Amino acid sequence: MKLKQLEGLLGSLQQFETPKIELEQYPTGPHIASRLLYTIPSFSIIQAENSFGDVSDKVVADFGCGCGTLGLAAGLLGAEHVIGFDIDAESIEIASLNADELELDMDFIQCDIRNLRLSDRAIDTVVMNPPFGTRKKGADMDFLSMALKVASGAVYSLHKTTTRDHIKRTALREYNASSAEVLSELRFDVPQLYKFHKKKEVDVAVDLWRFVPNNNRPKHL
Amino acid sequence: MRLLTHNMLSSNIKGVTNGFPLRIEVEKVVEKEVDLNMDFLRNMFAKIEWKALVEASRTMGYSELPDDAESSMLDSDEFLRKFHHALLELHLEEGALVCPETGRKFPVNKGIPNMLLHEDEV
Ligand SMILES: C[S@@+](CC[C@H](N)C(=O)[O-])C[C@H]1O[C@@H](n2cnc3c(N)ncnc32)[C@H](O)[C@@H]1O
Repeated sequence: MKLKQLEGLLGSLQQFETPKIELEQYPTGPHIASRLLYTIPSFSIIQAENSFGDVSDKVVADFGCGCGTLGLAAGLLGAEHVIGFDIDAESIEIASLNADELELDMDFIQCDIRNLRLSDRAIDTVVMNPPFGTRKKGADMDFLSMALKVASGAVYSLHKTTTRDHIKRTALREYNASSAEVLSELRFDVPQLYKFHKKKEVDVAVDLWRFVPNNNRPKHL
Repeated sequence: MRLLTHNMLSSNIKGVTNGFPLRIEVEKVVEKEVDLNMDFLRNMFAKIEWKALVEASRTMGYSELPDDAESSMLDSDEFLRKFHHALLELHLEEGALVCPETGRKFPVNKGIPNMLLHEDEV
């Protein structure tokens, strides 16, 4: 599938009707979503040990899936099984309609990522646009730590560029990632969904990361 | 929710140590056909908790899976078809997931399990 084609399909998806500020609900726009996903198969070709890519034929989780853009993009690119997780029932309902629209099977679980219990390494790849923690400090770190626990292959995530050093250090030292790499730096137009946003669009510098979880850590007895 | 998802999900209530597998209460099951992907099934086989899958699929009304399975069975097309069907084509549409330790029910509506906890469960 061509990048433009993927962007077109994602652009037709329904987005949040009444976004909830405290949950940092804004859509991961089709432009950014398609690029996030599109780098996954091409990037992983570089990785000799990974002949399949991180999406095609994989079990993919979308953390904080909202209306489902990232998970559905993974489905469009050939993921075998996609699960979307979000705390908000209304968003999941929209995501589920979007999946029907694209004729994709996607599973959903309504839960708080912070107290999710999934088998370790059950997921191949996690894709996510976590809340940046502008409302609840550290929200993105809760997502990242859980993602690195359940993923066996890779974690793709967006974080504010201002937090780059902190993210890298924490991922490697505390969350046991074996690598943490910024693939690209993006401008993220968070649209003016909320009254307190003075400008029409708030332009945020965001890093697209690829983390590799450490599968070789000593097994606990 | 399909049984592949069920196979990795545990009860997340604070203090629960044996939260897997969640028991399934069925009100409605939906079947949707999916293309069979042999390589995927072979990879998955090593990760799946077989007993939990057998039990879950029986609860969902599908009792074709053998009690025990080993990787040599993956050479059989018939086995692969059954494994595929149980793992990816059965959807729990309405019902509940039940914590095996506490009996707490997590409702499933429109195929979506609600695993949100009450304040005293976090
Ligand atoms: C920036 S949005 C992601 C948007 C999504 N990628 C999309 O395209 O619609 C963040 C999402 O995380 C969800 N969320 C916030 N806190 C959460 C938590 N603790 N557990 C699970 N989901 C959460 C919000 O409901 C929201 O849908």
